[in-house]
Parts: sequence; C-alpha cells; structure tokens
Amino acid sequence: MQKLIRIEPSKCVGCKSCELACSFKHRGMFAPSRSRIVNEVFLDEAKFITVTCMQCDEPWCLKACPKGAIGKDAVSGVVNVDEVKCVGCRTCVSACPFGMITYQESSRKADKCNLCAGDFPECVTFCPTRCLTFSEEDKPLREKVLRFVNTMKDGQGEV
Amino acid sequence: MGKGWIGKVLRVNLTEGTCAVEKLNEAWAREYLGGRGLASKYLCAEVDPGVDPLGPENKLIFAAGPLTGTYGAANGRYMAVTKSPLSGTIASSNSGGYFPSELRYAGYDLIIFEGKSPRPVYLQIHNQNVKLADASQLWGQSTDRTEDLIREKFHGDAKVACIGPAGERRVLFANIINDKHRAAGRSGVGAVMGSKNLKAVAVRGNGGVEVADPQGYRTAALDSYGLLRNNPVSGQGLPALGTAVLVNIINQSGALPTNNFQFDTFAGAEAISGEKLAETYLKRNKSCLGCVIGCGRVTRLSGAAYQGSGEGPEYESIWALGAACGVSDLAAVTKANYLCNEYGMDTITAGATVACAMELFEKGLLSEAEVGMPLPFGDGAAMVKLIELIAKNEGFGQKLALGSYRLAELYGAPELSMSVKKLEFPAYDGRGLQGMALQYATSNRGACHVRGYLVSPEILGLPEKLDPQAIEGKASWTKIFQDFTAVVDSVGVCLFTTFAIGAPQVTRLLNAATGLTLDEEALLVVGDRIWNLERQFNLRAGVDPGQDTLPKRLLDEPIPDGPLRGATARLAEMLPEYYRLRGWSADGIPGEEKLKSLGLS
Repeated sequence: MQKLIRIEPSKCVGCKSCELACSFKHRGMFAPSRSRIVNEVFLDEAKFITVTCMQCDEPWCLKACPKGAIGKDAVSGVVNVDEVKCVGCRTCVSACPFGMITYQESSRKADKCNLCAGDFPECVTFCPTRCLTFSEEDKPLREKVLRFVNTMKDGQGEV
Repeated sequence: MGKGWIGKVLRVNLTEGTCAVEKLNEAWAREYLGGRGLASKYLCAEVDPGVDPLGPENKLIFAAGPLTGTYGAANGRYMAVTKSPLSGTIASSNSGGYFPSELRYAGYDLIIFEGKSPRPVYLQIHNQNVKLADASQLWGQSTDRTEDLIREKFHGDAKVACIGPAGERRVLFANIINDKHRAAGRSGVGAVMGSKNLKAVAVRGNGGVEVADPQGYRTAALDSYGLLRNNPVSGQGLPALGTAVLVNIINQSGALPTNNFQFDTFAGAEAISGEKLAETYLKRNKSCLGCVIGCGRVTRLSGAAYQGSGEGPEYESIWALGAACGVSDLAAVTKANYLCNEYGMDTITAGATVACAMELFEKGLLSEAEVGMPLPFGDGAAMVKLIELIAKNEGFGQKLALGSYRLAELYGAPELSMSVKKLEFPAYDGRGLQGMALQYATSNRGACHVRGYLVSPEILGLPEKLDPQAIEGKASWTKIFQDFTAVVDSVGVCLFTTFAIGAPQVTRLLNAATGLTLDEEALLVVGDRIWNLERQFNLRAGVDPGQDTLPKRLLDEPIPDGPLRGATARLAEMLPEYYRLRGWSADGIPGEEKLKSLGLS
C-alpha cells in the first residue's frame, strides 16, 4: 500500500501550520500562498478544508505532460516532476482537475507535493491536531467506519 | 534590513489621499522590535501626546512584529497603536486571525495612517499595489458584511480589518475587527479609525517572510510546540474549553466580580461557564494563523429569544456581559457578544458600562424614565437592548457610549465606575489578587489584564504558584510580567503562549528570525524600554502618576463574600516598591538616569 498524507477535516482548526511548514521548507519562506498543501478557511461556515496532491494512480498531470517530465515512482508511488525535463509549459497545471500542480515563477518549472521526497512530510510534523497523518493504512477511513458501526451498535438491543 | 522584518512601512495620508512606502527605521526596529514597541516609538516621534485623540493630528498605526506570519508560538498577531479617546493614554490593542500575517506577506511591517479623509474610504493592498478606495457603500455596514462586500469587490482572498457602525459613530470604546470575529478590542482604537473616515483595510499578499537562520528557527519552533502542548493551560484547558475555562476557576477562587464589583462570587457562574458553552452553543474550535492552542470558539444561537452566529463569547466577554451585570442567561450573553462584534465595540467596556448603569439604577441615581426601561442587575434582555443602543449611539445608549467613567461622572458618582485611567477592569478583582491590583494601577493603558497577567501565578500556578493575597515580591513580579509582555506584544506572538514558554524561547525565536544576538536579560531591557516610552507618552499627555490608583471600592471596601472575603487591594504598600524597582522617583516619574540607560532621554 502507498504511504500518503491522510486528512481528517473534522480535526482541523484552520491554523495553517501545514501551509507555513510546507512553504518554509520548500520555498525558504513562510508564504501560505506558495504552499503545496492548501488549508482553506471558511469563516462563515466554520469549516476548514485541507487538500494536497493525493499522488493519483493515473495522474492527469502525468498523462498530459508533452515532455514526459512527470513520473510515478514504482516503489513510493509519489508523482514527481523531473526538473531537467520540465520546460515550464504548464500543460499539467491545466490538466490537473484539483489544482494541485502549479507553475513556480522562481524555478520556472511545474511544482507539486512530493511528500517531501523521502523526508517525513513537514506539514504532518507541524500539524497540531493530528488532522494530518502520514501512513500506509487509511486510518481516518477506519475511524469513520468505526463511528458508523458504533452508532449501529448503540442502537442495537440485547439479543 | 535583516531577515525577520520585511523592512517596509506603508504611510497613508488620508487627508491628501496618498500612499507611500518607506524604509523601516532599522535602529528603532532593533531597539523596539515591532508591534506594540516599534509602533509606540513611531507614535511618540510623530504625534504630540497632547492631541485630541479623535482629531486629524492623531495617528493610527497597524504594526506586525518580526515573528508575525511565521510558526513557532502562535505568531499571527498585530497591534493597533494610537492615542486612546477613552483613556487619553497611549493605546495598543492586539488581535490575531489571518489579517496580521497577510500584511507581512504583502510586504509591510507597519501601516501608519495620518490625517483624516474627507469622505469614507478603505485601503486596498495587493502586494505593492496600494490604493484608497471609496467606502460610501460600506459605511453603516456591520463588520461581517463589510468583509463580504470587500471580498466581492476587491479580491476574493483579501483579509480584512474594519470598523463597524460603533466606530463610525465614535463610540469611545469601538474596536477594530478583523477576519470577522477577531478584535483589536480595547481603548477605542476603532473610534480613532472612524474619526479618520477609514472604514477598512483589505490585504492580499503573495509574498512571504524569511528568517535569518532557518534551521535554528525550525528547531526553536519545535521546542516551543512541545512546551505548549505539554502545558496544562495551553495544551489542555484552552484547547478544550477556550478562555471561558476560567469562569468556574475564577468564581471558585472568589475573584469573579459580580454586580459591578459589589460581590466576588456569582451564583449564576456555572450557567455561563465554558463547560456550559461547550454543551450548548459551541460548534467547533478555531485557531488563529500559526497557533497550536486553538482557543477560538465558533458558536451558533438558534433559540427562540436570540439568534445568530459568530465566535465567542470569550471569558472576559462572558464576565462583562454576564457576571458584571448579574446576568446568568448564556444566550443573552452570547447574543450581546455577537452584537458587539458586528457593530465593532469592546465587549469588556460595553458590559462593564452597562453594569455601572445598573448600579446607578439600583442606587436610585438613574431613573427608569431616563433609561427607557427598568435596569435591575440580572436582566439579560435589558442588557442586550442597551448594547444595541450603545452600538447605534441612540437614546440612553449615547451616554453609555462614553464608557463607565464619563457615565458615572454624569450622574455624580464617578466612584461607581470600575476603571483605572478611565479604562474598565476585566474579569478579575484586584482585591483578591494583589499582584493584579498593582498591575491594574500601573498599567500604561489603564485597568487591563493583558499588560501583565499576574492571574497566571496568582491563580493558575504558572510559572509557579503565588499566594494571591500576599504582597511580598508582587512589585517585582509585576515589573517582570509587564516588561516581558511588552516584548511578546512587540514580536508578534500571542500572549497565551506565555503560560508555557518564557523569555528563553522567545529570545531564541527572535534571534533566529532576525539575526539579533540578544540574551534574555537584554530582551527584558527592551520590555523595560517600551514600558518607559509609553509612560513618557502618558505623562506628556497629562495622565499624571496620581492616576496610578484604583477605585475606592477596591481600596476601601472589603470583599463581602466568598473565599477572599475581607480582602482589599493593598496598593499603597506595593506602589512605592514598584516605583523603586522601575527606577522612578517616589512620585512615579522616570528619572533622567533611568531614561538615559534605556536610550530614552
């Protein structure tokens, strides 16, 4: 199974620590608008949604790249941009339906989350509420299922 | 300019309608850091302390610190610094949320507003593109509606700080609200903004903040996080119940001022506690940018009597609109809190002023005819109604809009205003907490809890437990707390982190961010410098040391109830030692030698 950043939106408090940590590590500055991971705050609804690249099995960006600059690592499953091959044409930016690959003015290349390229993901390190975890097992999914079955269990009379 | 600071000041002349970028004064930045300290330095250098606070000669400074917009210790804060129309002292009101950091991402440490616009305007900042835009459509709108309208018109991702109708109408304790629910709350900074016809500041910033030693900064931040998470207040109490965790704690300690400080325990405390809020109106918890505590409470009211949604009420608001007025109806308190945020005014002074009116009514100094309704302690509906009248500056609300001191004076009983230097007390009775009594009396903006939160050692036992009734050593504790808080307020860090982190951690973060090489002692000297600078402003503004005192009730009337029964504030026994430790004369005047040692002469 692939190791991924797992996201549990109900645990998010909208602190943007993930964006701060990501931009500080990868851009050398605290710059939320340049972060690879996005923590969106909806003030009125009091909802906080975090999204990042989920390293698709069949990535749109990979398929769209005319230079073959995007590959999916067979072992880690990470979808990577080869900066040598990338010509900065932004085709991948158009292709990704989630907006999770961007064009960086500074490098003039495509840029996306690579799960910190083998380091432990910085956003997960700095997440204060464990809204973000990094695991092979989809624990948030298991927690959801458990909540559901516990509801069923509580409603069940003695047999 | 070194790292940490962006190195730029945006100067907006509202009279001329011009915006100009200038270099941050580097020497001042090293001596006053940023935020409260640095903005106070600019204010003192540019504004005559004798000015009319609501006149065009007064200036309003928005100031972030060198750590604002980074991680490490809840670093999302800014300060609104000006001369207060409520107290006549230097004002410095702090707020978090997302707006302060966005200001730095747009490329500015400070904005200085000067003059007065001939018509309502708001400031648009999109990185280097800055302009004053027409605000005629925004004038009269609530703070949350103003934000929505600005995002529709200017930029969908803009972060906004604005005033509501209370600021427009110069309610003397109007505040500045950012990100809909966060407030630069006290001292009437919103009235100053209103007097300048400045409705809002909207910022979109796509840049970032760099630090001098990235690896060192990251390590320092992780260490601070560890301390914050493992501390009982910042790691458990505040995340679980928000600031309202204090309602039951302070009530049980016997220091929860009730019915305008006539009592110190409140029978209805449980009904307005953080625990009760969590059971009833709480929707979820929320953080400011970069914060690992997350004390914000998003709430919704959907009962028959009151409806609405927003953030809070926070502890101080619950107290002011609740216990201070004898009100135990949490729905009424929550509604009044929403109204204060939407109209843009300080919940503490608003509630405390209603409480003062209630005592005037109780004592027969204020008639039902004058108020337009009976005003007994405990009447939640009357309290909500008055909050609305204040916000609209209508009817009897016009008198309340002046704050409790001017109100009580108007009815011949200034001693019934529970305030120092015309700023109302927050939610801890100084009779019960001697350190707080001294801090209230000497604070540079009047009766304020966030200039030196002695509640931490006196009640919560952090960093160590002090006997709240003892006076020995309190002068020294007060000075150290005041000086350290001045630093915290200047670097851009949230005061709530200081339950867990202290001078060593702040020094490390600051040095790693800026490249400064301060030690802890030098950091506290910066705090002392800021404190003395503010003191000088106040003295020149005519706020004489005779005002370093407390209301008669706290000095002479013993607490009649609860565990601290019989206590009075023993200010006279502590004040001389405090002046001595500050290096001031016996009359409370900073001497030439002291000022010289701080580079202030």
